[in-house]
Amino acid sequence: MSKANLLDRRQVVSALLADRKDVVAIGGLGASTNDITAAGDHARNFYLWGGMGGAAMIGLGLALAQPKLPVLVITGDGEMLMGIGSLATIGLQKPSNLSIAVLDNEAYGETGGQISHTSAAADLVGIARACGIADSRAISTMADVEAFAKAVHDLSAGPRFANVKIDSASVERILPSRDGTYIVNRIRGDLGFQPI
Amino acid sequence: MHARADASDTAPNWPDDIFATLQRFDVRQVPYVPDAGHSKLIQRVLASSTMRGIPLTTEEEGVGLLAGAWTGGQRGVLLMQSSGVGNCVNMLSLIPILRFPFLTLVTMRGEWGEFNPWQVPMGSTTQGVFELSGIKVLRASNATEVPAVLEAAAAQAYNALTPTAVLLSQRLIGAKVFTK
Repeated sequence: MSKANLLDRRQVVSALLADRKDVVAIGGLGASTNDITAAGDHARNFYLWGGMGGAAMIGLGLALAQPKLPVLVITGDGEMLMGIGSLATIGLQKPSNLSIAVLDNEAYGETGGQISHTSAAADLVGIARACGIADSRAISTMADVEAFAKAVHDLSAGPRFANVKIDSASVERILPSRDGTYIVNRIRGDLGFQPI
Repeated sequence: MHARADASDTAPNWPDDIFATLQRFDVRQVPYVPDAGHSKLIQRVLASSTMRGIPLTTEEEGVGLLAGAWTGGQRGVLLMQSSGVGNCVNMLSLIPILRFPFLTLVTMRGEWGEFNPWQVPMGSTTQGVFELSGIKVLRASNATEVPAVLEAAAAQAYNALTPTAVLLSQRLIGAKVFTK
């Protein structure tokens, strides 16, 4: 069941990527990757179809390698919980160009809607802040989403974390490429790297 | 309390050989889980101006990190102990899928004079876990072969995109001993 007055995930992701410029966007395993695709396929989209829990660390490795580029991880609450220690690793490295947005529907939507820890106990904003990510926000309005989307481009003030409470309604699946080598090499090519 | 068999006044030089090879291959990101066997190499990395040592909370984080690093144009190497290899298994699936260069250097426990039975199960299956995951395994058992093994491993990992693990044997490192 979807709760009232919660944000629509597709609207949130569309707003996060509406004026993306040179942002590299990394989706988490599950619906967030579909949401990024729905906002428009892009050479700088990193779609995760496996390796659950790895999205934030892929973002960290990319952000450290490309400190002049905004890197935005958009993932779900279940995927973030699985890689929760990576928030401590990011808090220690403090990459100023890395942003993480969690689409928190308090449920594992891909597997039948079982509740996640965020539905009753786990406070991801508190965890991120306690891991050393000072700019950690709880977001419940589109105005706050749009402000976060702007902040992603400020390369001097990250890392930043946002937990966006979204509606748990299921939406149409819009699937990107499943070819990981293609996905990675397309990003590398767009960043100016030649094939080996 | 524990002390190591190799006291600091007889600290081995093979970690310096590893560091030199990593430098030559332009390795930039070095994720690690703190480990006595890698302590000298970790010190060298943290003192380096070209490499970034990145402490992890669990080894699987390092696999994701290296995928991101490669996507952004940098090479990396994951430092861990044999007991950490089991923490990586699902994340190792990213390596053939994304086809990024993967090199890991693993200090071995659970072999050659091990005193702690709890280290033996994972130490005994480390090589098999890697091989089942599609990762080539090379081993260095004494200090003199470290440079050649590292050179071969780095070359095939970075030049031939052949994921490679180097097992640094407990015989090389020296078995951990406990004292009261």
